[in-house]
Amino acid sequence: MAPRLKLFLPLVLFVLLALFLARGLKLDPKELPSALIDQPFPEFDLPELSGVGSITRADVVGAPALFNVWATWCISCRVEHPYLQTLADKGVPIYGINYKDDDAAAMQWLENLGDPYVANIVDRAGSLGLDLGVYGAPETYFVDAQGTVRYRHVGVIDERVWRTRLAAIYTELGGAAVTLPAAGGQP
Amino acid sequence: MRYVSLISLLLALCVMPAAAVIETYEFSDSALEKRYHQLSQELRCPKCQNQNIADSNAPIAQDLRRLLFEQLEAGASDEEILAYMVARYGEFVRYRPGFDRATAVLWFAPAILLLLAALTVFMVLRKRGGAAASLSAEEAQRLQTILDSGDKPS
Repeated sequence: MAPRLKLFLPLVLFVLLALFLARGLKLDPKELPSALIDQPFPEFDLPELSGVGSITRADVVGAPALFNVWATWCISCRVEHPYLQTLADKGVPIYGINYKDDDAAAMQWLENLGDPYVANIVDRAGSLGLDLGVYGAPETYFVDAQGTVRYRHVGVIDERVWRTRLAAIYTELGGAAVTLPAAGGQP
Repeated sequence: MRYVSLISLLLALCVMPAAAVIETYEFSDSALEKRYHQLSQELRCPKCQNQNIADSNAPIAQDLRRLLFEQLEAGASDEEILAYMVARYGEFVRYRPGFDRATAVLWFAPAILLLLAALTVFMVLRKRGGAAASLSAEEAQRLQTILDSGDKPS
């Protein structure tokens, strides 16, 4: 009997390998774990976009909030902009990090497309972006009331990812549950 | 002789990609420059995966190269620089990751695979050797007869 069973060994190995590779296909290598998860949001002291002065870490921590890294040169940012507006209208506080951008262009963008942000941190040189481990826009950091980074979302936030993943994470931060219009409905 | 111009043209074409190398930094010390090249080969670009920051022209790779230059000039050690990068981008940025529970498989896999291969080869060879040696006395006798008879001209 034993030699017979041995004949199946290649098949078993093949199936194991196939399962392993199939799993690999499903993983998105672009989704890097952030090194900042459960770490305090970095210190910063940068200008505010509207030009009213500077903004520091102390100004933005204290309540659960989203920090959205965006720029006018980032096409995906334009895609997610309307949905950020929807979230802001529902009471989700979103801070903007205007990453390596031109101030005038950024102001113009907000004027044309609407301003979902509580405030905008101007990170012209990308120094805050570097401390956050940003490697491209858009990225959104979920920060709790203690100023600890709890989650990083890379890429566009739309209704689907918000519903399936991000809403739960936001509620876990201690943010008030956000009631969104039924799928397909107009806000 | 007529090929000289063609050859020099081809050589010139070979040089072009090398001339496209991104930006240059003036180092105060050639030892720093050497470490810069070594570290920029070893640091992985977070945006364009499977390239190191020396090869990539992504904005983030440019930033990291500038940062690397500044830190080297400021006198930071290799360990400090790597720790700084890992604190921001995770162990992912290193092509030579440190040893911990997550990377243990990476470090040990080659040795384990080699060991398994050696073991397999050993088993197979032993089996073959064993088969040859396991003739019964009767068979050995017959074999000897055949061999002996083959030697003699009949």
